[in-house]
Amino acid sequence: MMLETIATEEEVKCYHCGDLCSIEPVVYETKSFCCNGCKVIYELFQDSELQDFYLNRTIVETGKFDYLNNGDISKSFIQFRDENFYKVELSLPAIHCSSCLYILENLPKINAGVLKVTVNFSRKTAEILYNPKEITLSKVCDLLASIGYVPDLSKKEEKKKILDSNLAIKIGVAGFCFGNIMLISFPEYLGIDLNEDAAFTQFFGWISIALSLPILFYSGIDYIKSAIAGIQNKFINIDVPIALGMIVLFTRSFYEIYHGSGSGYLDSLAGLIFFLLIGRWFQSKTYEELSFDRDYKSYFPLSVIKISNGTESSTPINELQISDQILIRNMEIIPADSILLESSASIDYSFVTGESDPVKVNKEEVVYAGGRLIGSKIKLQVEKRSSQSYLTNLWNNQAFKKEKHSVSEELTNRISKHFTVVILTIAFFGGVYWYLVDPSEIWKVVTAVLIVACPCALALSAPFTNGNTIRILGRGGFYLKKSSVSEKLPEIDTIIFDKTGTITNQDSKKSIFVGEELNDELLSVIKSMTSNSTHPLSQILSNSIKQTESQLDYFNEISGKGIQSKIGSTNYKLGSGDWVGLQPKQNTINKTRVYFSVNENCLGYFEVTQTYRTGMSDLMYKLASRWKLMVVSGDNNGELEVLKNIFPEGTEYYFDQKPSEKLERIKELQVKGHKVLMLGDGLNDAGALKQSDVGLAVTDDISSFSPACDGIIEGQKLVRLTSYLDFSRDSKKIIYKSFGLSFLYNIGGISLALAGLMTPIAAAILMPLSSISVVLFTTLSGNYIARKRKV
Amino acid sequence: MSVIFVLIIISLIVAGAFLGLFIWANKSGQYDDTVSPAIRMLFDDKKKEESEN
Repeated sequence: MMLETIATEEEVKCYHCGDLCSIEPVVYETKSFCCNGCKVIYELFQDSELQDFYLNRTIVETGKFDYLNNGDISKSFIQFRDENFYKVELSLPAIHCSSCLYILENLPKINAGVLKVTVNFSRKTAEILYNPKEITLSKVCDLLASIGYVPDLSKKEEKKKILDSNLAIKIGVAGFCFGNIMLISFPEYLGIDLNEDAAFTQFFGWISIALSLPILFYSGIDYIKSAIAGIQNKFINIDVPIALGMIVLFTRSFYEIYHGSGSGYLDSLAGLIFFLLIGRWFQSKTYEELSFDRDYKSYFPLSVIKISNGTESSTPINELQISDQILIRNMEIIPADSILLESSASIDYSFVTGESDPVKVNKEEVVYAGGRLIGSKIKLQVEKRSSQSYLTNLWNNQAFKKEKHSVSEELTNRISKHFTVVILTIAFFGGVYWYLVDPSEIWKVVTAVLIVACPCALALSAPFTNGNTIRILGRGGFYLKKSSVSEKLPEIDTIIFDKTGTITNQDSKKSIFVGEELNDELLSVIKSMTSNSTHPLSQILSNSIKQTESQLDYFNEISGKGIQSKIGSTNYKLGSGDWVGLQPKQNTINKTRVYFSVNENCLGYFEVTQTYRTGMSDLMYKLASRWKLMVVSGDNNGELEVLKNIFPEGTEYYFDQKPSEKLERIKELQVKGHKVLMLGDGLNDAGALKQSDVGLAVTDDISSFSPACDGIIEGQKLVRLTSYLDFSRDSKKIIYKSFGLSFLYNIGGISLALAGLMTPIAAAILMPLSSISVVLFTTLSGNYIARKRKV
Repeated sequence: MSVIFVLIIISLIVAGAFLGLFIWANKSGQYDDTVSPAIRMLFDDKKKEESEN
């Protein structure tokens, strides 16, 4: 899986496998590795005693997979069970290079309980056989997690697999029939008249019919089924003209061959289905690639801690009963509509509503499923039963659907709605005209019109181009949620950057405490406060403090201000100057500072030096020449001078913006008719991302995810934003060009057919040709531009 | 010329056999993963070398 990536200076290559280290490289003995797998292999080669090395490794039991010990949950994963032999298939998204495969398949050496591991590289899954007497499923998962392959337990793709292989067989059958029918039709293509020997014509005709039956009744049956279903629902979908075309082609050919009046158009029927199926396969591959990279379902909990008679046990979500008591910890998602049993709690509903401010809920009030708890753990009483699919639906709800269809999809749908009607009308009037002029020509003209006017070229344009665009961008670390987003990108005229976590590096930052020296006790309080918060600054502090967490009695975070916590009667505050009670005068500072106070007595501040992503200033200068740039940050204007070095003149800066103010600012711009692209970290600006025309989350951490955004861009790839934007604009042009191309084909073809100048054979050759040329045009030009733009 | 009848039927049978092979290969899962067997093969060799040493 060597991705075509263009190496720049700052990218690190893995010492072992040579792949680019896409995320944070694993550093060992001053050498960088792209993953733990490679590091382990390196260690392995260094260490001659291979077996001993493996045996000495211990599994770190995190308890994260304890719920798998519940029989019902593990049952859903185990594909096969025997007395000393269980088989599971786990999705391991971290698989990405040959070392991964090596290390995973050598797992039985690490733990004797694992019998055999078979990795499927392209699916990023591993089939694991283990002995249930020696190791449990949760331990298998812990083992995998401890060597860097955290299993993703939310995906079950078996159904899709079957669908995929069926499609491949359908394509195979269609290709076989198409090729052979073409071969048989060869004399006709060359204009060799076989009429002298009628037996040949008949023979070839009947073989063609025999070969076209599997096409009609196996490969292409889905189109006919879908068209019938569409008509039953009183909706003319894109499959109706295709199905009609198939039926017309087949009956007309059958008629001609039966009467010996011609050889039919079965080659074009076969070609039509063959290319349509290839298009479908192309599309499904694209989506597969996307969904394997990230799937929001993986963020849903499978089980929850249930409290019964004072003991805690993990229970599958769909087994929760009304009035069960459950325990939710900080940052966990609430699985079912419940009543709060604690005095108060803050719930972040941004995943459901896009609103980023946490909602405060009081005792006995209802907490809705899909919210995420911010703060210390709470007890809930279940009000309504829930299931994973219910949660999935929540995230798919209206709040995240900005537009149902993209421009080109709409165009395609509109065209297909009228296409059949228009074509039938044209064919009818053409028939009437020729009846008056030359009745012998009617049949030829009508069939030629119906055959040549194939909507497939039109239907293929948008999905092929968009699919290809998303695929190419995804390869470059820029993941778009829907194809409509790639069509919206070119309309953007304003780009808004959030500062923290977006243009600054999320990691490798230093924090120095200025003020009285803090003892271990205070540091551990700060550690537990910050680890409960998702703010980028909190994460930096949390990572820099080595002390263990201490138990907090109270936790509250106010977006844009800070965190407050209590232990006993001691009140701790962490955050901006005015949050800890400093006068505004003392708050005029030039660096990002996080103040800390105990009982309203400010002890000092953490000075966080943020490093900016490399290449930002080049990027901004490139962007500024064509887009209006803005920085909207929740932090103070401390780093204005530094930002001025990065951003060119004319950039507008807004500091101290609360999430709601960010959102308002975008609304303001939109009212003025601007199209806004917002780049944020996806956590503290969910509302703004949702409000913007295109909201992109910049992330370094694969596991952080915001469904409120339209796309995700890897932090390292941000420098290439210009070429991504250019590329999306070009691909939109490609769609329109291919629309134009297929219209040209249709108009030209229909006019010639109406004029009686086109024989049905010519029509049948032109039609698949137009589909192929449109597909080739969109794909090749997309790939060409991607290469030129260095996407 | 009538030999063409036989030839075409033979060619269809041969081609059909290949189609059948393709369907069989597909159903038996040979196309499920086209990447790892290639890599796995190389590793097996290495393992042998190690054990020989």
